[in-house]
Amino acid sequence: MASAELPVRKVRGQPGRVLLIASALAFLGLFLLMPLLAVFTEALAKGIAAYLKAISDPMAWAAIKLTLLVAAIAVPFNLVFGVAAAWAIAKFEFRGKSTLITLIDLPFAVSPVIAGLIFILLFGSHGWFGGYLREHHIKVVFAVPGIVLATIFVTFPFIARELIPVMQAQGKDDEETALSLGATGWQTFWRVTLPNIKWGLLYGVLLCNARAMGEFGAVSVVSGHIRGLTNTMPLHVEILYNEYNYTAAFAVASLLALLALVTLAGKSFLEWRQPELRRAGSHARDRMVREKT
Amino acid sequence: MATPVAAVEVNARTPPPLLPRRVVPGFGLTLGYTMVYLSLIVLIPLSAVFIRSLGLGWAHFWDVVTAPRVLASLRLSFGASLIAAAINVMFGLIVAWVLVRYTFPFKRLVDAMVDLPFALPTAVAGIALTALYAPNGWLGRSLTPLGIKVAFTPLGIVIALTFIGLPFVVRTLQPVLEDLDREVEQAAATLGASALQAFVLVILPALWPALLTGFGLAFARAVGEYGSVIFIAGNMPMKSEIAPLLIVTKLEQYDYSGATAIAVVMLVLSFALMLGINALQNWALSRHGVR
Repeated sequence: MASAELPVRKVRGQPGRVLLIASALAFLGLFLLMPLLAVFTEALAKGIAAYLKAISDPMAWAAIKLTLLVAAIAVPFNLVFGVAAAWAIAKFEFRGKSTLITLIDLPFAVSPVIAGLIFILLFGSHGWFGGYLREHHIKVVFAVPGIVLATIFVTFPFIARELIPVMQAQGKDDEETALSLGATGWQTFWRVTLPNIKWGLLYGVLLCNARAMGEFGAVSVVSGHIRGLTNTMPLHVEILYNEYNYTAAFAVASLLALLALVTLAGKSFLEWRQPELRRAGSHARDRMVREKT
Repeated sequence: MATPVAAVEVNARTPPPLLPRRVVPGFGLTLGYTMVYLSLIVLIPLSAVFIRSLGLGWAHFWDVVTAPRVLASLRLSFGASLIAAAINVMFGLIVAWVLVRYTFPFKRLVDAMVDLPFALPTAVAGIALTALYAPNGWLGRSLTPLGIKVAFTPLGIVIALTFIGLPFVVRTLQPVLEDLDREVEQAAATLGASALQAFVLVILPALWPALLTGFGLAFARAVGEYGSVIFIAGNMPMKSEIAPLLIVTKLEQYDYSGATAIAVVMLVLSFALMLGINALQNWALSRHGVR
C-alpha cells in the first residue's frame, strides 16, 4: 500500500528512478522503435505512388496469397493439436507428463534452418522418402507442402503452451458438473470447455499466426525460391532486397510490420480481457511451478 | 525430497468421493492424438538428422565439424549469442524493473512494444537493422566517423541477436518482480541498507532463477537465429558467417552430409546448454526454497 511506503526510500530513490526509466526507454527506443520507424520510412522513401506500385506487383500478390494459404493450413493443424494436448495434460494425471511438456517445447530449441533441413533429409531427392515421392510424382520439398510442414514445425508449441496453463487453472469442476448432469463428452467440450478457454485459444492462435506468416529460416531452406510459386512474403522481401530494390523490399516488409503491430494490439487486448494470459505464456513461470510441485 | 509438501498435494488432488475417478472422458483420444502428432511432426523428423549423421562415419563427421570454416562459424554463433544474451540480461532487468515498479507516460504502450521482436518477422528486422546501421543509415552515419563499423561485421550480428532475444529476459523477470515482497526491501531500508545494498543483497538473490531462464531462452533463440542476422552480417567466411548460414550454404551446394554434421553439433550443444541451465536453475530454486 502506498501509505505504508517509507518516505526515506522515496527521497533516496528519485534520481535513480529517473536514470533507470531513461536508460530503459533509450534501450527500447534504440532496439525497437528505430527499426520499426526505419521500415516505414524506407518503404515510403520514394513516395506513396511507388509504395502502392510495389505492393500491387503481381509477384508481391502471389507471395501474399501463399503466406495466407500457409498460415491458413498450419494454424488449424496446430490448433487441433494444442487443444488435444492441453486437454490430456490439464485434465488428467499420468506418468511422463513433464517430459511430454518438454518435448512439446522442443521446436523452440531447434534453429529454423535445422527445421528446414530435417524436411529436406526426409523428403528431398536424396531423402528417406525421396525415391517414393519421385515415383509418385509428389513434390514436397521446394513446393508448397514442404513450406507448410516447415511452418507447422516451427509454430508447433505456440497454441499448446498457451492453452495448457489456461486449462490447468480452470480445473475440471465445470466439466464434471456438466457430465454428471448428463451431457456427453463432446457437448461438454463445445458448451463448457470451449467458452472457458476461448480467450486463451485466441491468444495462442494470434501468436501462432504471427510466427507462421513471418517465418523465414525454415521456409527459406525448403522453398526453393521459385518466384510466384513458392515465395512467401518474408522470402519475397529477401529477393527484392538482394536485387537492391529497397523501396519494394521495405514496402512488402511494411505489410509484415503492420501484421506485427496488429498482433501486438490484439495481444494487449486479450491480456486486458484476461490478465492471467500474460502469465500463462511465461515459460519460466510454468516451469518453476511445475518443478516446485 | 520435500515429502510433507508432496503428501498435502496428493490429498488436495484426490477427487471428491461422490464422483468416480476418471469421470472426464477423452484421455485416450487426446493423449493418443498428441503423441501421434508430436511423433510425426517433431520427433521422427528430428531423429532423421541424428540417424543421417550416423551414416557419415565418425572420421568423416569429425573432418567436417573440425574444418576451420565450420569451427569459426560455431565460435561466432555461440560467442555472439553469449554477448547478446548478456546485454539482454542487463537491460532486460532494467526494463522489467522500470515496467513493474514505476509509472511513466505511455507505460502500457512501452510494455506492449517489448514483444515486438516476437511478432516482427525476422527478415523484416534484419533489413530494418541493416538500413539503420549501414554506413549511410541513420545510426551508421554517426557511428562510421567514430571508427565504429556495425553493419557487415560481427558487431552487427550482436545487435541483431540482442533485438531477437530482448523480450525473453523482460518477460521472464516481470512476473517474478511483481510477486516480490516489497516489505523485505523496506525492512532492509529501515535497517540502514542503501538502495544499492538492498538490491544486491535482497532482490538480486530472488531473481537469479528467472535471470538464468531468461538468459537461457535468449541464448538458445540467438544461436539458431538466421533471418535477422544474414542481412546485417556481411556473411564473410571465417569472419562474419554464422553456423545456420553455413548449413544453408552447404545445402545449396548439395553437401547434405556437411549440413547434417553441423546441424547435429548445433543441436547437441544447444540441448546440452539448455539442460545445464535447467539444472543450474533447479539448484538456484532449491537453494532459494530452503531458505
